[in-house]
Amino acid sequence: MLLSIKNLHASINGKEILKGIDLDVNQGEVHAIMGPNGTGKSTLASVIAGREVFDVTSGEVIYKGRNLLKLAVEERAREGIFLGFQYPVEIPGVSITNFMRTAVNEVRKFKGLDPLGGGAFLKLMEEKKKLVELTSNLANRSVNEGFSGGEKKKNEIFQMAMLEPTLAILDETDSGLDIDALRVVANGVNKLRTKDNAFMVITHYQRLLDYIIPDFVHVLFEGKIVKSGSKELALELEEKGYDWIRKEQRDNGIAG
Amino acid sequence: MRYRMQDTGYGMRDTGCRMTAQVKMHESRSAGMSILVWNGIGIRFFPTFVSDPRIEKICVTKQVLEYLNDLSLQGQLVIMESDPDNIINEVTQSDYKYGFVTEIETEYAPIGLSEDTVRYISLKKNEPEFMLEYRLKAFRHWLTMKVPEWAHLDIPPIDFQDIYFYAAPKKKKQYESLDQVDPELLATFDKLGISLEEQKKLAGVAVDAVIDSVSVKTTFSETLSKYGIIFCSMSEAIQNHPDLVKQYLGSVVPYTDNYYASLNSAVFSDGSFCYIPKGVRCPVELSTYFRINAANTGQFERTLIVADEGAYVSYMEGCTAPQRDENQLHAAVVEIVAMKDASVKYSTVQNWYPGDKSGKGGIYNFVTKRGICKGSNSKISWTQVETGSAITWKYPSCILLGDNSVGEFYSVAVTNNHQQADTGTKMLHLGKNTKSTIISKGISAGKSNNSYRGLVRISRNAANSRNYSQCDSLLLGSACGAHTWPYIQVENKSSIVEHEATTSKISEDQLFYCQQRGMDAESAIGLIVNGYAKEVLKQLPMEFAVEAQKLLSISLEGSVG
Repeated sequence: MLLSIKNLHASINGKEILKGIDLDVNQGEVHAIMGPNGTGKSTLASVIAGREVFDVTSGEVIYKGRNLLKLAVEERAREGIFLGFQYPVEIPGVSITNFMRTAVNEVRKFKGLDPLGGGAFLKLMEEKKKLVELTSNLANRSVNEGFSGGEKKKNEIFQMAMLEPTLAILDETDSGLDIDALRVVANGVNKLRTKDNAFMVITHYQRLLDYIIPDFVHVLFEGKIVKSGSKELALELEEKGYDWIRKEQRDNGIAG
Repeated sequence: MRYRMQDTGYGMRDTGCRMTAQVKMHESRSAGMSILVWNGIGIRFFPTFVSDPRIEKICVTKQVLEYLNDLSLQGQLVIMESDPDNIINEVTQSDYKYGFVTEIETEYAPIGLSEDTVRYISLKKNEPEFMLEYRLKAFRHWLTMKVPEWAHLDIPPIDFQDIYFYAAPKKKKQYESLDQVDPELLATFDKLGISLEEQKKLAGVAVDAVIDSVSVKTTFSETLSKYGIIFCSMSEAIQNHPDLVKQYLGSVVPYTDNYYASLNSAVFSDGSFCYIPKGVRCPVELSTYFRINAANTGQFERTLIVADEGAYVSYMEGCTAPQRDENQLHAAVVEIVAMKDASVKYSTVQNWYPGDKSGKGGIYNFVTKRGICKGSNSKISWTQVETGSAITWKYPSCILLGDNSVGEFYSVAVTNNHQQADTGTKMLHLGKNTKSTIISKGISAGKSNNSYRGLVRISRNAANSRNYSQCDSLLLGSACGAHTWPYIQVENKSSIVEHEATTSKISEDQLFYCQQRGMDAESAIGLIVNGYAKEVLKQLPMEFAVEAQKLLSISLEGSVG
C-alpha cells in the first residue's frame, strides 16, 4: 500500500477540522475526494503535505511503510508527494525555469543522482511542456506572478510532470478553469498516470471527473469520509447534490 | 570534454578548475583585466582574456559557466553539453570562504598614526613632493575632525594608534617567471579565483608576476595602451602620470570631505587608477580585487577613474579578508570623473569578513564613493552587492553637474547575525534635465540592522530633472531591523521626484510552496531572496552576477529555524 491514513484528527488554532479520516491508497489508483465547502478537503491535502499550521492531534499516516507525520515538508516532497495548490503563491523575480531546476535537482540529490546540467534540464523541460500542452512562454516568467487562474493551474500540472511524484494531490485544480483549460489539466493527469503512482483529486464538481476517471470516489463531510464508492457515486452526487449527504447524515444522527 | 552552445556555435573546453571558452564577441562585456590590491598595497595585473579581433578566448570559472546556463534558460543563450558530469558543482558552503591567511613576510610601518607615519608611507612609495603635501594637509585637517555619529550604527571607538597603516609583502624583487613567485601567494590567487598559473597556460604567453607595485607587461596592457587607456596602480600613476593625478585626485572627494575620507587622503597606500581617453570605449572589463591579509592593519585604498569625452568603461571591484577575532578598518575613497558624453559603470561585490555569528571580529567598511558627471550627457552607474563587513557606512553618490546627465544607484545590502549597514546614495542634481534612478534592496536577517539613507537634491537650476527611487526592505525573522531614511530636497517646480518604499517578509506561503517542491528552507530563502534582488543583480557584469547570487544565499544561511 502506498498511503494509509488511520483515524486522522487535525486542528488549526484549537479548532478541529479533520475528525477521524480513514483512507487507503494503492499505486495505480486515482481517488476523487468530494464534498461541500469547508468540510476539510484542503486541510487533508495540507496535512499530508506537512503544512505546519495544522496540528495532528491523533491518528497515523503511513506512506511507503514509513510514518509520514515524522517527515519534514521537503522530505515528503522528495519522497514523491506532490501538492497541486488551490491558490499557488507568487514568487517575484524567480523564473519558473530557475525554480524548477532548483526543485528537480534537490529531488535528484536526495535520490543520489547528479544534478541535471543546463542542456539536459532544458530538454526535460521542453519534453514536459509538450506533454502537458504548455504552449505559452510561461517558463520565462516569474513563478505565478501575474498569471491568470488558468495559467497558474497549468503551471501546477507542469511542475507535477517535471517532478514525477508517486502520490499527487490536486487540491481543487479545476476550480476557476474554463472548459479548455480543464481539458488540458485533465489530459496532463491522464498522461502522467502509471501503474506505479497514485492521485488524489480534490474537487467540488463532477465535471473534472468526466475527464479524469477515478477508481474511487470519497465524500468528505464535516471532517470525515462519510461515503465511498466507484465513479458512479460522483454522478449520483451531481444529480442529488450535497444536501443528499447532509440529509443522510442527519438521518443517521451524526451531524446537523 | 567539449561543450557546445547552440545558436551561436560557441565552443568550450574544460581546463581543470577553470574553463576556456572560445566565444565570438558580440560585445566586450565578459572580457576582463584585473588588479589585486593586497593589504592596500601592491598591484598585479592578470589578463583574464587574450584578444584577437574576432575570436576571444575567455577564461571563465565554473560559476560563470553555470551563469551562462542560467542565461540560456532565460532564452538568451543556450549551452548544450555532451557530458553533464561536472559542469555544475554545488559551491554553497556556510562558512566564510575567504577567511584564510597567507603566510607572507610583510613589512610594516611603525604602528599607530602621526605625521611620521604619513611621511613614512610617502617615502616608501617614493612619491613626489606634491603628494606628501597633499597627505600632510589631509592629516592635519583630519586631526581637527570628529568621528561622524549621525548614522544608525553602533560603532565601537577605534584606536588609531593600534593600527598598522602600511603593510606590504616584503620581497622586493622582480620575477622573471612564475616559478620564482612565492608559492603561498600563488596559492592565494588560486583561492581567490585568479590563477596566474592558468592564465599563463591559457594565454600561451609569458605573464610576468611582479610583487610590489611594479606593473607587468602583458598582452593585455598592451592592448589597452593601444587605445591610450591607462590602467595601473595608484602608486604607478603618481610616478608616471603625476599631472593627471594632480588634476583629478581629490577633485570629487576633497581631503576635507569627511572624517574617513580625510584619513584616507593622508594614509592611502595604493589603489587603482584608470584613464580612458576621448572617444574610447574600453574593450574589456577592468577589475580590482581588494584583499586585506595582515593582522592589525587598516586598508586605505584610493581609486580614481577618469572617463574623458565620449569614453566608456565598466569597472568591477571585489573584496575579501581573512577571518579574525579583532575588527579591522577599511576606509577607501573612490572618485569618478565623467566628462561630456562619457559613461562609467562601477560594480562592487563587497564580501569583507562580516564577523562570526556572535558578532566578534569583522571589517569596518567606511567608504566614500562619489562620481561627478561633469559634462553634458554623461552617465555614472553604481551597482553594489554588499554582503560582508561587520559595519558598512557607504553612500556611492553622483553629482549631476552636466546637463542631461544621468546617475544610477543599484544596491543590494544583506545583513545577517550582528552585522550593521547604513548605506545608500546621494543624487545631487545641478544640471538641467538630469535624471537619477535609485533601486535599493535591503535584506536583514538574524539580529542585524540594515538602513537605507539616501539624499535626492534637485537644485534651483536643475530644471526638468527627474528622480525615481525605490527602496525595498525584506525582513527574515523578527530580531532584525530595516530602516529607510530618504532625504528629498527639490528647489524648482519643473522637476519630478518619485519615492517608493516597501517593507516585506518572506511569507509562510512562499516558503511552504518551495519546500513542497523539495527545497529545504535555506535554499528556498536563497531562491526567494535572489528573485527579490534580481532587478539589481541583472545590472552586474556576468562574472560578478554569479558570485553575487551565491553570496546572497550563503550570507543568509542559518538565518531560519
